[in-house]
Amino acid sequence: MSAYTLTHLKQLEAESIHIIREVAAEFENPVMLYSIGKDSSVMVHLALKAFYPDKPPFPLLHIDTTYKFREMIEFRENYARKNLGLDVLVYTNQEAIKAGISPFVHGSKKYTDIMKTEALKQALNKYKFDAAFGGARRDEEKSRAKERVFSFRDQFHRWDPKNQRPELWNLYNARINKGESIRVFPLSNWTELDVWQYVHLEKIPIVPLYYAAKRPVVNREGVLIMVDDERLPLNPGEKPEMRTVRFRTLGCYPLTGAVESTATTLPQIIQEMLTTKTSERKDRVIDTDQAGSMEEKKKEGYF
Amino acid sequence: MSHQSELIATDIDEYLAQHERKELLRFLTCGSVDDGKSTLIGRLFYDTKMIAIDTLEALMKDSVTHGTTGGEFDPALYTDGLKAEREQGITIDVAYRYFSTAKRKFIIADTPGHEQYTRNMATGASTCDLAIILVDARNGVVEQTKRHSFIVSLLGIKHVVVAVNKMDLMGYREDVFENIKRDYADFVARLDISDLHFIPISALKGENVVEKSSKMPWYRGESLMYLLENVYIASDRNLNDFRFPVQYVNRPHLDFRGFCGTIASGIVRVGDEITVFPSRKSSRVKRIVTMDGDLDEGFAPQAVTLTLEHEIDISRGDMICRPGNQPSFDRKFEAMVVWMSENQMVPGKEYLIKHTTKTVSGAVSTLRYRIDVNTLHRQDAPTLRLNEIGRCEFLLNEPIAFDPYRRNRATGAFIIIDRLSNNTVAAGMILDRSSSGGEHWDDQPSEELHRQVSHVTPDERKSRFGQKPATVLLTGLTGAGKTTIAYALERRLFDAGRAATVLDGQNMRLGISRDLGFTAEERSENLRRSAEVAKLMNDAGLICLAAFVAPEESVRQRVRDVIGTERFLVVHLSAPVEVCRQRDTDGHYAQADSGQLTNFPGVSAPYDVPAKPDLILPTHQWTVEQCVDAVMQLLQDRGLIT
Repeated sequence: MSAYTLTHLKQLEAESIHIIREVAAEFENPVMLYSIGKDSSVMVHLALKAFYPDKPPFPLLHIDTTYKFREMIEFRENYARKNLGLDVLVYTNQEAIKAGISPFVHGSKKYTDIMKTEALKQALNKYKFDAAFGGARRDEEKSRAKERVFSFRDQFHRWDPKNQRPELWNLYNARINKGESIRVFPLSNWTELDVWQYVHLEKIPIVPLYYAAKRPVVNREGVLIMVDDERLPLNPGEKPEMRTVRFRTLGCYPLTGAVESTATTLPQIIQEMLTTKTSERKDRVIDTDQAGSMEEKKKEGYF
Repeated sequence: MSHQSELIATDIDEYLAQHERKELLRFLTCGSVDDGKSTLIGRLFYDTKMIAIDTLEALMKDSVTHGTTGGEFDPALYTDGLKAEREQGITIDVAYRYFSTAKRKFIIADTPGHEQYTRNMATGASTCDLAIILVDARNGVVEQTKRHSFIVSLLGIKHVVVAVNKMDLMGYREDVFENIKRDYADFVARLDISDLHFIPISALKGENVVEKSSKMPWYRGESLMYLLENVYIASDRNLNDFRFPVQYVNRPHLDFRGFCGTIASGIVRVGDEITVFPSRKSSRVKRIVTMDGDLDEGFAPQAVTLTLEHEIDISRGDMICRPGNQPSFDRKFEAMVVWMSENQMVPGKEYLIKHTTKTVSGAVSTLRYRIDVNTLHRQDAPTLRLNEIGRCEFLLNEPIAFDPYRRNRATGAFIIIDRLSNNTVAAGMILDRSSSGGEHWDDQPSEELHRQVSHVTPDERKSRFGQKPATVLLTGLTGAGKTTIAYALERRLFDAGRAATVLDGQNMRLGISRDLGFTAEERSENLRRSAEVAKLMNDAGLICLAAFVAPEESVRQRVRDVIGTERFLVVHLSAPVEVCRQRDTDGHYAQADSGQLTNFPGVSAPYDVPAKPDLILPTHQWTVEQCVDAVMQLLQDRGLIT
């Protein structure tokens, strides 16, 4: 490549920074959704770059279902809040907690609806955010391939796949009426491999759960669930066993499958990813409900 | 996702080192489901091992319920996205797909072929470097093919691959392919597409898609994948005109005032003088700030933060450029517009125009004509409706800094937003407007004229001459050695069996340009005529060595536009004026000093040093032989000769 050429990662980085700055400039009250996963880590890293030497001019928001892995919460507190010094908001659907919602009793779909989708809407309403960054990528799932970078939501946070604004060049339309909002996806054009390569190149810290270690798990119909705390009800005769596993995607521990692995470094993780035969969303229990389920969720306001 | 590389298993660190430094190529696929577009994309993914097993399993399941292949694996289903669309059996929006090989990362903008979706195609095309236009070998060039080609050319895509698909259904016959090629070449000559390729393929069977086909031995070109991996795109970006639309002003504390933005075009260095629009205030670049450390120079499309030597008032929407290379700055301009809304355009109505980082209100003052995308005929029209394209005059409420889209995508593009609905209703591309007397760069040829097309194709000429045609501009001061090197180069090429010819500034003036003098306008006109001649020579398959002073960067840029970026090289002969003076045997410098020759570059007129030449020859230090070697090497590096 000649001297004035950017590598694909540097080009993606520049495009994402452009998107993040555009939002900071055009919206009154933006927020960055922070799921604590690797994509969030990359997104936060890009936000730091976009406004260096200043801090990003918006807070992070974590929707905490109370069933996140403990190491995720630790990472949020120690890294994002303490080391980076970022403003991290945490929101939980307290009413639902009071009503006794649990992934074990109500099933993954209903639980996700209430603790993630509903909680997100509540938080966005509470703080009156007019733009929310999400770390979703178009390569993750079929219905996301057509998602815009600036995705319009009506005042009920609904997404209308038939009525999306055309999006040309890098000219993003940020105009909305009061109560409406835009979801912004700065990582739209990144693939899972790009994200990992970038984490590697830029030495971006990630939650240790991504690396293989001995962890207590139970095997449920082929899905390895980590026993992260005593709330996980064990079936009769079920006994947690220590296995060397890691997570390819992070979420609520009872709904996230581990994979057996010996990858303890980033290159090993990438090596494993490149030789594996399944896509990462497979480990998320919610996706297997029905074909096009992500699309249904998005119409309801899920990210 | 599974990649094929032994390195993954044997040496992951080495693999990463290789794969973290790829180039990015965005391309568009145009065609309908019937042309086999989805099949082609499915095939590219399948053959490059980009479909994950669980995705494949889901596809197999889908193939039974939705497929058109009787339950067999239907690669087309891989690219269909939304549920409602799948049920209708059509793709109705732009979908983006990703895959990579060892050489490049690819982003595919997958757009539909149906008539009502011009807007989706324009959307997809806006960010692409290359377009694949699918033609069904059974049907040949149809109306839709022409429409796609027109939109591709309108949106400024420089590289086009016409993939003649379903060759398997036509017995892989050469005459079928050749006929389609000829029909297409006839049509496309009216459009502005500079780099055109034809490939006969079968997406279903995988012939000429990733690997070269053994079924079509008569086809001597490369496979589609080879082209995607190797087409030269680095010169597509404008690195000549520095433009920096200010996106965000960063003020963490009183001692730091940074202007954040994406470099739209050109190169910026610390210490560069700059001018800001609209204030026209000047300063110098103090720092180019990034979190990874300050840079000495920045270039498009990097996202950086600039700080300046002086405290001048700059806000979002302003444009920073160089004092010697400024954009147009006006409330009025003309543009081609693609209308994208169900609500038709209303001339005179106030819309919002978002251009770079600036949003201003303004109106279409005149709709000059509408273009029938199928015939390219211009029609008188009162309005533009959804999916219609027209040429409009705009009048904004305040001036903006812009360039013609053809020359600068980032500063020539805009979107139109409806103030009430907030919807994006149109996309626009600003046109070059004629400015001056004496020059004819922007004169529009009469509409009655039709370009006649040779039946000998560029590919045939390429094989005959064993070279790709190009124009090498040898620019430099009088006495720098342009003519000497041009003729020495011609000799070397000729002796190597190549077909080259010299176009010399003085010789031009003996003939075609004998009516012209030496004012800046007349020099410019001389160069315009020379550019047209060089273009004819290139069209004839020749390498043209053009020896001209060509002192103005803006004029050199226009020459590039005439000849085509990918076949135009700038070689700067950098001997300083003192050396040139000593070498001058004709007494030109003495005459310039005494005022007998006016507007003499280097004495009484400026010589703009090329901002980004393809090669610099220090002719005051090197021998002619060394200079010729260097140009030969350049020609080889660019794949023009072997």
